[in-house]
Amino acid sequence: MSRARTPQARPLPGWLFVPAGLALAFVALPIAGLLTRVPWLRLPALLATPESVDALALSLQTCAASLILTIVLGLPLALAIARSTGPWAAVARVLAVLPMVLPPVVAGLALLVTLGRRGLLGAHLSAFGIEIGFTTLAVVIGQTFVAMPYFVIAVEAALRTLDPGFEQVAATLGASPSRVLSRITLPLLAPAFVSGAAMALARALGEFGATLTFAGSLQGVTQTLPQAIYLAREVEPDAALALSVVLLGLAAALMAVSGLVNRAASGVSDG
Amino acid sequence: MKKLVAALAAALVLAGCSAPAGTSSPAVASGKTVTVFAAASLKGAFTKIGDAFGAETGAKVSYNFNGSSALVDQLKGGAPADVFASADESNMKKATDAALTSGKPTLFATNVLTLAVAPGNPAKITGLDASLDGKKLVVCAVGVPCGNALATLEKNLGVSPKPVSQEQTVTDVLGKVTSGEADAGVVYATDAKSAGAKVTAVAIPGSEKVVNNYPIAATASTKDAALARAYIDYVTGPKGQAILTEFGFGKP
Repeated sequence: MSRARTPQARPLPGWLFVPAGLALAFVALPIAGLLTRVPWLRLPALLATPESVDALALSLQTCAASLILTIVLGLPLALAIARSTGPWAAVARVLAVLPMVLPPVVAGLALLVTLGRRGLLGAHLSAFGIEIGFTTLAVVIGQTFVAMPYFVIAVEAALRTLDPGFEQVAATLGASPSRVLSRITLPLLAPAFVSGAAMALARALGEFGATLTFAGSLQGVTQTLPQAIYLAREVEPDAALALSVVLLGLAAALMAVSGLVNRAASGVSDG
Repeated sequence: MKKLVAALAAALVLAGCSAPAGTSSPAVASGKTVTVFAAASLKGAFTKIGDAFGAETGAKVSYNFNGSSALVDQLKGGAPADVFASADESNMKKATDAALTSGKPTLFATNVLTLAVAPGNPAKITGLDASLDGKKLVVCAVGVPCGNALATLEKNLGVSPKPVSQEQTVTDVLGKVTSGEADAGVVYATDAKSAGAKVTAVAIPGSEKVVNNYPIAATASTKDAALARAYIDYVTGPKGQAILTEFGFGKP
């Protein structure tokens, strides 16, 4: 039924579907390949092992924590860089999204040399008896580091395309900047907020580099789903596949949420 | 002059060891290539052995370093090799069971677990004992070879240290120690040695009872059995053994 609403006004040339189909096959085939190897009948048993249960629980807990951090810190950052101009704002914009394109190991090394026991900040923290390495906190920090840019970039893009008219009207009617923000700007940002959060959460679930170089791998403490998969690969390959299916399912669900919210939002503005 | 004497001595040794064929004199080996599939942990030692062997015999040694089980898979797939050196007996058994080797494998080196600690051992760690209390210990996860060896060692010693992390590879364990994140890591003696001045090795009392044996054998598919034999004899001979010792390996 939703098909009926889709405008038919912009038909695409037919040949375009050939490369488009190739592109889709390019990303879909490896995933299909993975799914064909999954021992589906043994899946429940493989996922019920203490290692799998602990890894899943730890991943969900740490990702919830890193999502809160991402929103609490990322939302003000997105607002600030979207509404700032000048060279420093441009620098801030680049820095804010840099972790998105860093290889996982580089992200891990960066955190290690900063927060590790001999790191830039870590050495001082260590003097106070605070050591982050090998703790669950290290996992959350690593996840937030790589995931926050996805949230920031989504919210910032939405802010830039926001019609400034609403905010200006509210301001001329005497609303304070905080009131404009909470009553006008944030509600208008809601779709970008949700889709950005979903993407950040999906990215946090897959975080690997920081945990590998810095947080370590201990069941129930720092061994998240990706860590458990990496280890199981060598010990029990079927368990690695089973856990991969879980990760794949969660990521697909989050991407679907992000996509649906985006579509709903654009549908509203079209209408 | 010295070189000539050494070459002559080597020729005698080689001729003596390869009695059945008796063809691996330097002149015959010159220009030939022996392809060796060797476990990744042998890289440093075998590269040096290859240079020395090449200098004495004129043969070229071509290496393929990889995990032992990956090498067995490659041999099964028909990869051309003359010699196979495994980091453990179970992978060599896989090769012999599949009739990929010719002749009985020879043990040529051993490796034991050791503790790698910060240079100079500031935390005063003495072994898998109470000296580790309150210290950050990193080990290999059970399931990977070094983790399995540690599990056996812990059982033998009747201890159960509490690690802060169980890593996937020995390299990851060593990395945690060299970066200063961990106070101690259980690695192989050769790994501690290869890290040089970045770590100090602390022997684990009792570790000599959990020994990892390295077997070597000629492959069934070798096209030059005499040269393969000569290489193996060099590795198991005094010069090869001296180089292996230098890299931290124990005698078989």
